[in-house]
Amino acid sequence: MRLSYQILSITLILAFFISQPTFAETNGAALYKENCAVCHGNQGKGGVGVPLALPDFQYAISDQFLERTIRNGRPGRVMPAFKNLSDAQIQAIVRHIRSWAPGKPIRHPSIEVSGDPAKGRNLYAKHCAACHGKNGKGGKGTGVTFSRPRDLPIIAPALNNQGFLYAASDQMIKATLMNGREGTPMVSYLKQGLSEQDINDVVSFIRSFEKQAPARITQEPDHDNLTVAYESPYGMKETIAALKRAIIGENFRIIRIQTLDNGLVKKAKEDHNKIIIYFCNFQLLNNALAVDPRVGLFLPCRITVVKRHGKVMVYALNPKRLSYLFNNDELNKLCDGMSEVYISIIEEATL
Amino acid sequence: MKKFLPFLVLILGLSVSNQSQADDLLMARTNRDFPEAMLKLQDSIRNHGYTVSRVQRVDIGLTHSGYVTDKYRVVFFGKADLVTRLSNNYPQLIPYLPFKIAIFAEGDETLIVAANPLQLTDKAYPELEPVMKKVERDMLEIFQAMRDD
Repeated sequence: MRLSYQILSITLILAFFISQPTFAETNGAALYKENCAVCHGNQGKGGVGVPLALPDFQYAISDQFLERTIRNGRPGRVMPAFKNLSDAQIQAIVRHIRSWAPGKPIRHPSIEVSGDPAKGRNLYAKHCAACHGKNGKGGKGTGVTFSRPRDLPIIAPALNNQGFLYAASDQMIKATLMNGREGTPMVSYLKQGLSEQDINDVVSFIRSFEKQAPARITQEPDHDNLTVAYESPYGMKETIAALKRAIIGENFRIIRIQTLDNGLVKKAKEDHNKIIIYFCNFQLLNNALAVDPRVGLFLPCRITVVKRHGKVMVYALNPKRLSYLFNNDELNKLCDGMSEVYISIIEEATL
Repeated sequence: MKKFLPFLVLILGLSVSNQSQADDLLMARTNRDFPEAMLKLQDSIRNHGYTVSRVQRVDIGLTHSGYVTDKYRVVFFGKADLVTRLSNNYPQLIPYLPFKIAIFAEGDETLIVAANPLQLTDKAYPELEPVMKKVERDMLEIFQAMRDD
């Protein structure tokens, strides 16, 4: 009996260790499907993420760029850091991504580019800033996003992102400037009339972004409360009426008022002491979806009024608390703003 | 008792490991187009014992306001007794009830997204964790079923 317990214990302990990333399968296709396909598409056509199968992208980047990107992500720019994957698993994913563009992957020499960042700044302002932003903060939105119209067919990378600067060598940035990327708005600046030295200057300027303060880290939850909660000095009906006025006053449209358990219980059994007010500002919603199409999990805007033990309480979710989930600095700003709107509406109605 | 010690250690280890590996944002892509994916999602939710309480047609509101968008919906679901119990005992969870999954078209494929319900746990209420772990387990299965297409 004792022996069987020992065998069982050893088997289970082995099973536990085997289930850990180091021992887990290194089937690139399976790992890609599990970790990457949801954003980049099953065949690398892109979506929330950039199109990895784009031939010009494949031919211009090194395996090291991909590996470092998977490992460290892009802080504040949607692509998360996959810290849980082993080196072998990351290499397997890279091999799978490479299977879409057969051929030997490029290896950029590790020689640093020597240029004049001051001259590069002027050239950058003239040729690059329109898409990549004045300070290299990149385009707005995510990947290519097929779900709505956008200004550019693909998001312009944030060149000042510490994750990008770590992953991209000088020679890779230079090659991209020299050759452009077919299938994207990135053109060859040699063909646009810049000299190789000009391009070196631009690379030096881009490299100087490393000295900027790193972007706000967004992959950890904020310490804010999950919920905004206020006690109303008014009764249930008066509070709801005051909230409706305040919501409209903030340029939102009331779209629905219902009980919390609506649709879960029979109409006659609904609890009218828990009422949800749903509301929306469609322009704000459209902007938010353009910044990150996954933002739907905050939708629609809502405030809940609850009467319990003689008190009327007003609750709203706190978008600031969950925005870290998206690793998207632009969305963080919107969520910060939306948290303030919720507070403003509730204070207007209850104070 | 000594006999059970290895199992206890193992269970503790597995539980710590699963916690650290939990995805905060649940996402899945399916090869199905939007209408088929929507049907499958709702079926899967029901098969896990939940009721779909409502579907918010985000795209319809946007389109009526003059914006261009592909199909975009939010599916609300829950169990009546669970929603009542949670909202009575943990009012801080009220804005997150019923649970929801966003579903939207990306070309001829469909994506679903949800916050991991473990986000709603709180160290101050340890008894809440097993409840949310059960919901998480169900949601992980629902997401996996969509992925398996």
